[in-house]
Amino acid sequence: MKTLFDKIWDAHVVKQVEDGPDVLYIDRHFIHEVTSPVAFLGLKNRGLKVFRPEQTTATPDHNVPTTNQHLTIADELSRNQVEKLKTNCKEHGITFHGLGTEGHGVVHIIGPEQGLTQPGMTIVCGDSHTSTHGAFGAVAFGIGTSEVEMVLASQCIMQPKPKKMRITINGELKPNVMAKDIILYVIAKISTSGGTGHFIEFAGSAIRSLSMEGRMTVCNMSIECGARGGMIAPDEKTFEYVKGREFAPKGEDWNKALAEWKKLKSDEGAAFDKEYTFDAADIEPMITYGTNPGMGIKISKNIPVSDGLIGNDKASFQKSLKYMGLSEGEPILGKPVDYIFLGSCTNGRIEDFRTFANYVKGKKKAENVVAWLVPGSVAVEKQVREEGLDKILEEAGFELRQPGCSACLAMNPDKVPAGKYAVSTTNRNFEGRQGPGARTLLASPLVAAACAVTGIVCLP
Amino acid sequence: MAIDKFIKITSTAVPLPIENVDTDQIIPARFLKAVERKGFGDNLFRDWRYTSGNKPNPDFVMNKPEYSGTILAGGKNFGSGSSREHAAWAIYDGGFKVVVSSFFADIFKNNALNNGLLPVQVSPEFLEEIFETIGKDPKSTFTVDLVNQKFTNNVTGNSYDFEINQYKKECLLNGYDDIDYLVAMKEEIEAFENHPPTP
Repeated sequence: MKTLFDKIWDAHVVKQVEDGPDVLYIDRHFIHEVTSPVAFLGLKNRGLKVFRPEQTTATPDHNVPTTNQHLTIADELSRNQVEKLKTNCKEHGITFHGLGTEGHGVVHIIGPEQGLTQPGMTIVCGDSHTSTHGAFGAVAFGIGTSEVEMVLASQCIMQPKPKKMRITINGELKPNVMAKDIILYVIAKISTSGGTGHFIEFAGSAIRSLSMEGRMTVCNMSIECGARGGMIAPDEKTFEYVKGREFAPKGEDWNKALAEWKKLKSDEGAAFDKEYTFDAADIEPMITYGTNPGMGIKISKNIPVSDGLIGNDKASFQKSLKYMGLSEGEPILGKPVDYIFLGSCTNGRIEDFRTFANYVKGKKKAENVVAWLVPGSVAVEKQVREEGLDKILEEAGFELRQPGCSACLAMNPDKVPAGKYAVSTTNRNFEGRQGPGARTLLASPLVAAACAVTGIVCLP
Repeated sequence: MAIDKFIKITSTAVPLPIENVDTDQIIPARFLKAVERKGFGDNLFRDWRYTSGNKPNPDFVMNKPEYSGTILAGGKNFGSGSSREHAAWAIYDGGFKVVVSSFFADIFKNNALNNGLLPVQVSPEFLEEIFETIGKDPKSTFTVDLVNQKFTNNVTGNSYDFEINQYKKECLLNGYDDIDYLVAMKEEIEAFENHPPTP
């Protein structure tokens, strides 16, 4: 009896090193401009070529501006990194989706869109949110640059096999509760290190009820509880999503692949090292108040107090609230909001834009709020326009920017100023993450839309 | 491109008793724009080390003259967040050879090991004793012995037997890296590609 994770992992072990890690074969590799240049440099210094260039796909996303992408990138260092990725790809025969091209976008958005992400695969990228692809029943996880070099050189990495955890969420979700609320709830329950050393399988009727976009949001943030990755067994929704996409198997190959994919689930009675079960009915719209993603609460609740904490726990909690300019025990509802960010690999997909647009339809953006709406890819941007969502957004006082990681990590010019509060649909609320001194409140696209309209923290 | 060997060191330690030190604190994203591996040490803990006016922040431990050494002692869940290997590079380039904590995030741990930076996981009590020892006297020394997998507090005489994967231990002791190993396996990898097992 095996878990879903075991089945995929074990089928990719080229060799088990005695008293060491497994040599794991990688089916799909994604690269971006920030964590790949030193890996290519390493190859060069060793006189190596890329072993399987057709299994790697590249896109510049972390650094890119989200306006005027047709112009040369103004920031010299950013421009240099993006150019370097392009020349490295050209030299090694790797597909590169440049700015403004049809395939461009945030790496974890374009993989699924193009059908590169498929059930049963091993997928890595020099980015911790590679866990996103686990939504398709793949073993997908983030790696460092040394490991990027390993994949480029050998299509393998050396990894100790993680332990297995299952998080089951049964029951029906309440109205206005989105996938983002589920994962923020889970992280608040098990903490930012609760999943460390483990690979999580998300299961249960509430997870099954999610769309593929929602499942991607959940798996995306599994790294935020420390897990190596998260995954969901593929089902009809998964197959339907993959079918017909550019790199999806076609014809007879599709039928064969489908037969294999249908076997991808944990066997009845398979053992997990750790199990959690939550009731969907207990989940409400969530928001974070602190400086790690585990510091989340139901929006209707007050910020916790430090009374029960001692030593470094207490000091860290207080340091966090001080940075955020918030007080213990006070309500989060009604706090002023300066910035709204809709986008990122967590919530930059079409469904997120539909949610946001539907909410703000016929309403107006609050005057005190600056809103950045950044589609996750050129394809998302195109679909937003095709569905007329851009018009709805414009009428409500919002404008659409161009694709990229943008204010999620503020490597590009989209930086939230020091001391300002941003309700953000992203994945991390670390100190300075969205700009030096910026204060991030993580929430769902629906909560972000509501806050954008009222200019304060509020329930949708 | 082998890594530097690590066998045994004795050093004072720099205390950072903060929990969940994430990789965005170790090196903020805006400093990840280089295309070569150099200069990251200058921006280690940038936003804690410097004020918004780019002046050294006198309250940050690395700016206090009494603290120095090649061991960084961090609070639990050290290195969480982004997979950026730049975090390990920044710590290593910043002059550290060891990070000791009661808990490490997975990706950071891998990245550190791949760069000759030794992550030593000790019990919460042992870590607390390290912080107390440094608190009493910043000149206190600690010895990290990889061969015997021992972290010793030279003031109290207590040691902690830490765990490390034996393969990684060999790599560090000899300065090998994984890429050499994998490249040498090319034929086995090709054989695997020709006959992959099904899940």
